[in-house]
Amino acid sequence: MSSRAILTHVYGWLLLLPAAVLLIGFTHYPAVATLADSLFTVGTAVRPSRFVGLGQYHGMLDDPIFWKVMGNNAWFAVGTIPTSIALALAMALWVNGRLPGRGFARMAYFTPTILPMVAVANIWLFFYTPQIGLLDQVGALFGAKSHNWLGSPGTVLGCLIVMTVWKEAGFFMIFYLAALQALPPELEEAGRIEGASRWYFFRRVTFPLLMPTTLFVLVNATINSFKLVDHLFILTKGGPDNASSLLLYYIFETAFSFFNPNYAAALTVVLLAMLGLLALIQFGVIERRVHYR
Amino acid sequence: MTARPNLSWGRGIEIAAAWLLAILWLMPLLYAFWAAFHPTAYAVRFDLTAPLTLENFSRAWEYAPFARYFLNTFILVTMTLAAQFVLCTLAGFAFARFDFAGKNIAFALVLVQLMIMPEVLIVENYRTMSRLGLVDTILGIGLPYMASAFGIFLLRQTFKTIPRELDEAARIEGCSLIGVLWRVYVPLARPTYLAYGLVSVSYHWNNFLWPLVITNSVETRPLTVGLAIFGAPESGVNWSVISAGTLMAVAPLLLAFLLFQRQFVQSFMYAGIK
Repeated sequence: MSSRAILTHVYGWLLLLPAAVLLIGFTHYPAVATLADSLFTVGTAVRPSRFVGLGQYHGMLDDPIFWKVMGNNAWFAVGTIPTSIALALAMALWVNGRLPGRGFARMAYFTPTILPMVAVANIWLFFYTPQIGLLDQVGALFGAKSHNWLGSPGTVLGCLIVMTVWKEAGFFMIFYLAALQALPPELEEAGRIEGASRWYFFRRVTFPLLMPTTLFVLVNATINSFKLVDHLFILTKGGPDNASSLLLYYIFETAFSFFNPNYAAALTVVLLAMLGLLALIQFGVIERRVHYR
Repeated sequence: MTARPNLSWGRGIEIAAAWLLAILWLMPLLYAFWAAFHPTAYAVRFDLTAPLTLENFSRAWEYAPFARYFLNTFILVTMTLAAQFVLCTLAGFAFARFDFAGKNIAFALVLVQLMIMPEVLIVENYRTMSRLGLVDTILGIGLPYMASAFGIFLLRQTFKTIPRELDEAARIEGCSLIGVLWRVYVPLARPTYLAYGLVSVSYHWNNFLWPLVITNSVETRPLTVGLAIFGAPESGVNWSVISAGTLMAVAPLLLAFLLFQRQFVQSFMYAGIK
């Protein structure tokens, strides 16, 4: 009996071992190493790396670009998340209902999700190009003046937000669709017998029941707003004057263009802290989801 | 009775809105098709009599080594998926059926990766890769993703639903541990493998930041990175050709999606609610 119990431990760990090695090597170790690196300065041939404690973080507080990208991240989140969630919910309700041609609609809504962000950016770049771009061409028909959409600090973030909403709404629709299909059909029947209008039924029954999904999507959308920077490489390179740069893009630039891996490590720690906070919220959400069932 | 015309009015507006949104959502892609299949002169002139051409595709194919990029992406996606299946099956099995010491802590540590994806740790992972001599290799692109927390989680959930009696029956029949896993668990989890496979393939087909960091030659670059270089304004390639190149890069996945739409949507849904 006891030798069998020991075998259980051995087999369990042996099965887990290959995955554990890679997970530790590429997730846990680098996370810890990043934290350690952020406490040192960059070493050069003449000046070796030295310990500065929280020096990098003090520098960060005085770094205007850091505050700029944090602000951009916040605006990007505010701009993309509520809109794409609202659209996703509308899409899911339509596709789940008795819409004529709903297969087509579902396909149309979901298609942007499977396209790579780089390809999407390539296509949208053309819309935003001054003069020859589609937006300016259409504007010209109404006598609008040509505008450098991606070249002006005032419009660049808005342009990226519109594109991201287009890319992501269909993905979030899937979560709502799954939740809607899990709702008991008797509910709607009961609503109809009671004479509830569709809007009233949605507001008082469907939407509250979808709340766990909304929270789940909200957290995922926020994580995405930190992780998604591919389009910046094509559309703006963070410009003009960092008006469209996001935290992860700034980390990339700091490490691979400005060759300051230690400051990049400190910036990564900030990003990790943010993701960790979201993780805590997420676990709260999942907890609540379980309670609902 | 009086409410009825009102109701159908609202319904009509709703249907119109749903359709308008659908068309709006397809526009960018339709536009890319328009630009790619017409001569450059018609890129912004929407004339139904414009002549069709495949010229843009052949020029895109000549400008950049797309054949090589396709091969690289194909190798990357296949290799990553195969490794993910093996590693996640073993780990998922361990979590579902073995009560080993430290199991709960280990599982919590696995789930950390759901939040801290490898692309967030590009700086440190680049360093690790250069120590391993894997910079600018296809293995280097795939390696950080092979032990996927998401895959382990999905398979654990699925394996847990399989009745233990089946497992025990197979063992009495003389099946080894790996035999049970292979003959009982894996076949019963087929829908999970399909769902996870589709999600993983589309993720790695489209992944960009980490491949950009870790590759620097034509021999290793996947399609997304190749496309980014190709589409850069500095390359001086015109719109129609860029559209053609972009469509080529997304064509396999787009085609697969259009053909197996139901499976794609269901897989994403299935993977999403677990």
